[in-house]
Amino acid sequence: MRLGYFPGCSLHATARECEESLRAIAAPLGVELVELDDWACCGATSAHATNHLLSVALPARTLALAEQQGFDTVLAPCAACYARLASARHELARDRSALERVAAILERPFTNAVKVVSIAELLRDLTPRIREQARRPLGGARVAAYYGCLLVRPTEVSGFDDAEQPSSMETVITAAGGTPVEWRRKVDCCGAGFSLSRTGSVIRLGRAILEDAKKAGAEAIAVGCPMCHSNLDLRQKAMSRTMPEPLGLPILYLSQVVGLGLGLEPSSLGLGRHFVGTGRFVEKATAPPAPAAKSDEPRKEVA
Amino acid sequence: MSGPASTRRSTLAAEIRQRTGLNPARCYQCGKCSAGCPMAQETRLRPHDILRLVQRGRRDRLFADDSIWLCLTCETCSARCPNEVGPARIIDALRELALESGEGEPPRAIRAFHESFLKQIRRHGRIFEFGMIAGFKLRSGKLFADVAKMPATMKRGKLALSPRRIAGVDDVRRIFDACSAAARKEVQP
Repeated sequence: MRLGYFPGCSLHATARECEESLRAIAAPLGVELVELDDWACCGATSAHATNHLLSVALPARTLALAEQQGFDTVLAPCAACYARLASARHELARDRSALERVAAILERPFTNAVKVVSIAELLRDLTPRIREQARRPLGGARVAAYYGCLLVRPTEVSGFDDAEQPSSMETVITAAGGTPVEWRRKVDCCGAGFSLSRTGSVIRLGRAILEDAKKAGAEAIAVGCPMCHSNLDLRQKAMSRTMPEPLGLPILYLSQVVGLGLGLEPSSLGLGRHFVGTGRFVEKATAPPAPAAKSDEPRKEVA
Repeated sequence: MSGPASTRRSTLAAEIRQRTGLNPARCYQCGKCSAGCPMAQETRLRPHDILRLVQRGRRDRLFADDSIWLCLTCETCSARCPNEVGPARIIDALRELALESGEGEPPRAIRAFHESFLKQIRRHGRIFEFGMIAGFKLRSGKLFADVAKMPATMKRGKLALSPRRIAGVDDVRRIFDACSAAARKEVQP
């Protein structure tokens, strides 16, 4: 499978481990990622909160490039980029005059023919392959799948999963050998773009998410969004300040969880770049499986 | 009802409808949007209040308040609205309207963030985070916020120190100019 790859700005900077893990799992999963040439930023919140046309035209330029470069599908592993690209595609598919207006602004041919996929959708569709390639049962590690907002909303834009009770990430975690936990806040908002401008709100919202995951017995949270990641990882210390002890909940990208399941080296998955240490989780997830766990070997080895 | 109030009332709702294709009049004030809003406890106007004020054409109350700027666009309201009103998109349109007409503006830190962010895209075609954060600090006055986190971020190889400009940056600048020109045209009578 050959995909146009739109890393977005974060994956080249604060979310480096997301890109590293994605590239590491691509080959074993039979995916060829080809970075789009000369892509530009999707405009993120700052565009859609101030100028709607800009918030459609910037992603449209990227979609037009993908079209010209011969891709039929683009992967946007950042949930925020995904939402902007998919929203632009959705809006222009419904509105012929808007498409013509945007194509005129872009000054390049654009038919809006490229499909946009999120990381959760891509990996869910690859679960048979993940199951087949899985090398570690992840030591039964309990993982909370955190979707946040933009993987599942707006509903008419993403549509690959249920908006209130999504299950694609749990399907992936299970295929990789992990144990998803049941919890309540998997589609809550973490405060996203207010990380710098209104940090207090982010601390309040993030703390509620972390506490709920912990209460549900999670040993790690899996995310599909660099903004969620940086809020919950970088700011976790501040979020735990009012608690008797630090939460110590590592925040992993879904691609890192899959990478561990595939038996890849933790360092190749960028697991050393986190603020909340991933060591204990990685140790558990990479421990050699107990012989009894192998169901296809009925023979019991008891000393 | 007659007179200027009703004219203004219809103007705002009609303007929103024209921009978004959504009809604010469909809101019957059930409050489900506000029940799920993550920012409702921090804002004076909750999503259903905003919809009511749009229906009543109360630009004065909508634009004199921070509430519309504190929406995170998490889209929970729009996903749960039983009558497909789409509050999130309507709030975006209100922000756009406030900026175009000069009737309202975001709180300083939020404006500083959007300005720094968009300036980075215009300048490089992409976000160069170090430059974005520096610009944000200068514009917001939050000079020392998170300074302690910078070395740790760099140590993890997560902060690029020099920007990389895309080849098609002129393309991007032209898109910015065309979109701002279109926004200016919107406010002309």
